[in-house]
Amino acid sequence: MRGAEPRRMERYSLLGLVRHARHYHENWQRAWRNPEPKKSYDTVIVGGGGHGLATAYYLAKVHGVTDVAVVEKGWLGGGNTGRNTTIVRSNYLRDESSHLYEYSLKLWEGLSQELNFNVMFSPRGVLNLGHTLQEMRDIERRVGANRLNGIEAQVLDPGEINKLVPLMNCAPDSRYPVLGASWQARGGIARHDAVAWGYARSADAHGVDLLQNTEVTGIRCRNGVATGVDTSRGFIAARKVACVAAGNSGVLAAMAGLRLPIESRPLQALVSEPIKPCLDTVVMSNAVHCYISQADKGDLVIGAGTDSYNGYGQRGSFSIIEHTLQAVCELFPAFSRVRMNRHWGGIVDICPDACPIIGETPVRGLYFNCGWGTGGFKATPGSGYVFADTLAHGRPHPLAAPFSLDRFATGALVDEHGAAGVAH
Amino acid sequence: MFRIHCPHCQEVRSEEEFSYAGEAHIPRPADPSSLSDAEWGEYLHTRTNPRGPHREMWVHTAGCRRYFNVLRDTVSYEILAVYRVGEMPPERGEA
Amino acid sequence: MGGEVRRLAAGGRIDRDQALDFVFNGRALRGFAGDTLASALLANGVDVVGRSFKYGRPRGIVGHGPEEPNAIVEVGTGASRVPNLRATQVELYNGLEARSAGSSVFQRAAGAFGRLLPAGFYYKTFMSSPRAWMAWERVLRHAAGFGNAPDAADPDTYDRMNRHCDVLVIGGGPAGLSAALEAAGWGARVLLADEQSEFGGSLLAETRALGGESAAAWLAGVLAELDASGNVELLPRSMVSGYYDHNFLTIVERRSDHLGPVSAAATRERLHRVRAEQVVLATGAIERPLVFANNDLPGVMLASSVSTYVNRYAVAPGNKLLLFTTNDHGYRTALDWHRIGREVVAIVDVREDPAGAWVESAKASGIDVIGAHAIIEAVGHSRVSGAAIAPLQGNTLVGAPRRLACDLIACSGGWNPTLHLGSQTGVKPRWSESAIAFLPGDLGVGTLCAGAVAGTPALRGCLEQGALAGATAASRAGFGSGRTTRAAPEVDEPPEMPARSLFLVPHPKPVSRAPKQFVDFQLDVTAADIELAAREGYESVEHVKRYTALGFGTDQGKLGNVNGVAILAEALGKDMAEVGTTMYRPSYTPTTFGAIAGRDVGGFFDPERHTPMHGWHTAEGAEWEDVGRWKRPWYYPRPGETMQQAVNRECLAARDGLAIMDASTLGKIDIQGADAAEFLDRIYTTGFRKLGIGRCRYGLMLHEDGTIFDDGVTARLGEDRYLMHTTTGNAEVVFAWLERWHQTEWPELSVYFTSVTDHWATAALVGPKSRTVLAKVCTDIDLTGGAFPFMAVREGHVAGVPARVFRISFSGELSFEVNVPAQHGRAVWDALIDAGAEFDITPYGTETMHVLRAEKGFIIVGQDTDGSTTPADMGMDWAVRRNKPFGFLGDRSLDLSDHLREDRPQLVGLASYDAKTVLPEGGQLVDDPERQPPAPIAGHVTSSYYSARLSRPIALGMVKRGAGRMGETVYCPLADGRVVKASIVDSVFYDPKGERQNV
Repeated sequence: MRGAEPRRMERYSLLGLVRHARHYHENWQRAWRNPEPKKSYDTVIVGGGGHGLATAYYLAKVHGVTDVAVVEKGWLGGGNTGRNTTIVRSNYLRDESSHLYEYSLKLWEGLSQELNFNVMFSPRGVLNLGHTLQEMRDIERRVGANRLNGIEAQVLDPGEINKLVPLMNCAPDSRYPVLGASWQARGGIARHDAVAWGYARSADAHGVDLLQNTEVTGIRCRNGVATGVDTSRGFIAARKVACVAAGNSGVLAAMAGLRLPIESRPLQALVSEPIKPCLDTVVMSNAVHCYISQADKGDLVIGAGTDSYNGYGQRGSFSIIEHTLQAVCELFPAFSRVRMNRHWGGIVDICPDACPIIGETPVRGLYFNCGWGTGGFKATPGSGYVFADTLAHGRPHPLAAPFSLDRFATGALVDEHGAAGVAH
Repeated sequence: MFRIHCPHCQEVRSEEEFSYAGEAHIPRPADPSSLSDAEWGEYLHTRTNPRGPHREMWVHTAGCRRYFNVLRDTVSYEILAVYRVGEMPPERGEA
Repeated sequence: MGGEVRRLAAGGRIDRDQALDFVFNGRALRGFAGDTLASALLANGVDVVGRSFKYGRPRGIVGHGPEEPNAIVEVGTGASRVPNLRATQVELYNGLEARSAGSSVFQRAAGAFGRLLPAGFYYKTFMSSPRAWMAWERVLRHAAGFGNAPDAADPDTYDRMNRHCDVLVIGGGPAGLSAALEAAGWGARVLLADEQSEFGGSLLAETRALGGESAAAWLAGVLAELDASGNVELLPRSMVSGYYDHNFLTIVERRSDHLGPVSAAATRERLHRVRAEQVVLATGAIERPLVFANNDLPGVMLASSVSTYVNRYAVAPGNKLLLFTTNDHGYRTALDWHRIGREVVAIVDVREDPAGAWVESAKASGIDVIGAHAIIEAVGHSRVSGAAIAPLQGNTLVGAPRRLACDLIACSGGWNPTLHLGSQTGVKPRWSESAIAFLPGDLGVGTLCAGAVAGTPALRGCLEQGALAGATAASRAGFGSGRTTRAAPEVDEPPEMPARSLFLVPHPKPVSRAPKQFVDFQLDVTAADIELAAREGYESVEHVKRYTALGFGTDQGKLGNVNGVAILAEALGKDMAEVGTTMYRPSYTPTTFGAIAGRDVGGFFDPERHTPMHGWHTAEGAEWEDVGRWKRPWYYPRPGETMQQAVNRECLAARDGLAIMDASTLGKIDIQGADAAEFLDRIYTTGFRKLGIGRCRYGLMLHEDGTIFDDGVTARLGEDRYLMHTTTGNAEVVFAWLERWHQTEWPELSVYFTSVTDHWATAALVGPKSRTVLAKVCTDIDLTGGAFPFMAVREGHVAGVPARVFRISFSGELSFEVNVPAQHGRAVWDALIDAGAEFDITPYGTETMHVLRAEKGFIIVGQDTDGSTTPADMGMDWAVRRNKPFGFLGDRSLDLSDHLREDRPQLVGLASYDAKTVLPEGGQLVDDPERQPPAPIAGHVTSSYYSARLSRPIALGMVKRGAGRMGETVYCPLADGRVVKASIVDSVFYDPKGERQNV
């Protein structure tokens, strides 16, 4: 199960930067190779986003499985990894999901060091606002559950919230006044592209082949067993095929004759022009539909809603943007004069219970990791970790077990609509 | 921001008057109790989710409040056909 | 005051009679009406308008429109501050105050360490530990960003308008005006939008004659004609920001910014939401800068911008001009400069052997044309003082550089069509080798492109193409034949010789070692950065964009993108088409949040729903709870009362005497038809077929997955008529649910639904005295228990108004819910209050309602249940009839293996041991309070109150296997470390046999 010869990965550091500056930055090592596909691999991972690259990295690093190709139809990190609003948190309601996301958060906390690539994980805290009495009950419940699951969390009152976010409208006479919030101090944001690049660079160094501009056109199966993938660069045989291609899961499943409990929908997001620091935490409000943080570059990064219809167009309806900005202006009246620079859509795979599907399918050797809906970015390290473990051992990692495909037959759904919210 | 022809009102109206109502042609099983858990689960949750023409239901929420079927391309977002509940999509072309 | 040292004595479209005073970076300056802030700054000799983002280099004005990367200013102060405007797009007004956005001490310092800051440097460092990054992040955050957000609520208003038109013409330049004329001529309703304050586009700076008259005169004539045509609407100051599916477009019209800070008279901006049958993109093109060393020095400008400042604003942004061009079009600028009597140092033309009419005309004016040369480096400190030029063969320097003195370098590297809107629809631009430009892709039958956006270089061609596009669009929209009806005006325009492409000007040193050659000025992206990205393996154009930040600025790469793509292509050895360009996203230029939000903020954010008795509650000083969109009274505190005291009082009144609640918000659906009973049987878990007329029954509604969706009491009003009650929050959802099943699955059932929630006002008269009091105002219904039993409905009159009275109870007390037509709600309410005065009738709100029902163990869907709860979990199998012929929605799911699991959470009552502590709602329950996290969760508290009637706290909760754990102990750990001990008890705390309501 050995892949390409591992190579020594040049370590990034301030000192290295100085050294390279002396040579006008002419001698930087490539972050990853651009290899020709081999005829066969032990494992082919379909999808070169954060989840797929993380899976490849942990397969190689933790399990020594380096005979791996990541097949990406476009460019690394070009799907939802590069389109999301980068919120990272683990304060989910149900045990199953909070364990998974918390595992992921712990990986986030050391990820830049692990990958020797600054993913700019910024644990600046996440506020989930409550605007109604029922929302406050739900927040109390979720925070309590988080604590019992070992996830530090707090309930804040409007005064405490206003101290953290002075520009927020916490007036009691607003349409949906802020009654309180859950606060996860360890949550925050990260630099999305860097996550893909960091995993890609390290996976490549371990010998994983990253095949960009290689589109999977078919999944071959014989007697109910997956044997490889047809691609725009020819057939690639594999003992295991692992699909981690958010926004395309249904299409890939269909290639193997499967259907999934998934619908693919546009999720929209937008950024403002860069402005000086004015928002130091992540603010999320389900009732008012506002999800906002300020990126290090200064732009306000705002998650909008999911369109109600299925779509693969990476764009959505303008009314979603309107509703989102109404919510932003309602919650932050001072932002009304700030200007939107860009808005765009990503395609998210939505499961009925707002939870992912991780594991083997009825086709032996064909695995899926999908259905992360609007919140997959925060799970990137954890998702890759448990999926790699699942692939390496041919059985679900304990944290992934509750998220098998069977649950849609048994009824054991992990209902996270409350905590997953509308977005992120 | 689609423009949708409501086959009941016989008018082309803006998307905001309508609500999406999921994949069409998923009839409720006649005898649910005869189905296995897996078969019932499939009815409940499994969807075709195609990239390309998709048969889906819409309802004219802020209009006549009636449901109808739409054949829509999920990539180009072009509406290829509109037809009534109980009907099958016409051959491509009519709108 | 320095004075307008660079203003020309005559010419331009400015109004010299109207001088305007303004302040820039604290300096008092003066300009004229018709100026932009940029033209006024240039007129005043302001060279440096800001410092660069990363290196802190001085930057000046480069362009004259939305492409301007450097002159980013903050305008206004306090609440009406606008952070990041482009000076080229700010119309000057008297008293305008502006500052350079974003320069900081850090950036000036960073300039010294420039070598350490290649593209993506931050990915490679600042990560010695997780904490190190947090510290560095603070520094970087403060260095980044341009202007400051306002610090208070926006004092302005914005509005929104929906529009329909046959032809939307975007861009009011030569092509757009011609298109509008033709389309309007055929009778189409035309909307013409242009982002500038004046229509005309390039014509505003045009010096040639059109059809024998001056460009200005021709323009005035066309505008007058359009204005008079009756079917054209002209929208100036209107930027088309987004192009969406099915020809939906958004236009942002600036309505008052040019008048001063805050205008109370007008909305600040208006969003036009346009549905167009046909769209004509006549958006023009933006000149492409040339990438050479130190090309960011103030005094390096676009050639077309120099001409625009000279011709339109009568400003000469320098004295000695050096023109650097790859094409004939740029020659215009040298000729313009010559015409105003300033010195043209030379024209540096990269083409091997420049020839043709334009070259001749320059030479005839005595201008030195230096062919086969390039400017390889600009020289100067805070402004250009000269340039190094060198002979060029192909892309190679073939001789020693020499220096020319100049203080202005005008660059023309060709043109980039403004194809952003077309690209927004998802259609990729295509590279044209002949046009040396990306052109719009195939946009389909609803869109036409005309003029420079389509790669048409000449003015006459733009006029003709615009006219043809206008006629074609009109015809496609159903007007006319598609033929043009008038000839385009003659223009004295010599033919242009072919241009050549040059994207990165070579330098004697390699790119990595040459002085910085900027590609994206705003984000300080250099050619070396792009090469570095490619060298490191970031080969996709998207990777390069993201790694270097190329095109990420507020100008969205309007100047830099194409050069960047070309430099990347060269580095990778690919051609332009293969590399392609990134997709453009809305907004074309940045759009104010407030304009998109429109009026739907503040009081209009989400409509409030009020019951007919709302005014009474307000007068009584009710506190409010938001339930869905409704405002419901939460409790009615009397002066000096705490919430708990008020709720205790209200509860006791309901239990002991008389209380009244406004229950109008409950959803009400009138269901009629021969199959109404059958339909209800399928929807509800309970049976309705055998329900007697005039009787009521409680029902549970499930999702198909078996989880509880809604509950309520449904009454049979007649043989074929029922009235369904839903929870307040679910009224609309349930109504849609019924319609859905009827229309899509069971159209054969004869049944009809009408939402009547708003038709009725409901007063719940509750308490032992309710019968006595109701009898005072209701004489035609026999209210005695025998004649009007529990769970029955009667019709009659209350306070003289036709009424429907239900004997149902959500409190467990004797209770009558009086429903009257909404318009009589308040009057009947008042009558009931009067009638109850002798028993001290007490109004109560949702909090008391919750306490009363919790005492009785009645659940609230959505509070005691969540998205995973089944009837069995709630101990409500009594409400589920499994033997109905058709079954019911969700029936099958109740048998799924997970739903039969024994350790599922089940509804229980909870009693705190100390009989004092009210458990927190949402509080988690554990079996072992000593266990450190992660600790297994036994359940959670769903409802919890202090019961005044029982003089102790009560609570409901969901506990795993709870129904079988009566009497056992669970613990609720609190946030402050305390643990509340509670025992599991029956969920009915009061009157378990239901005797009180059944009297």
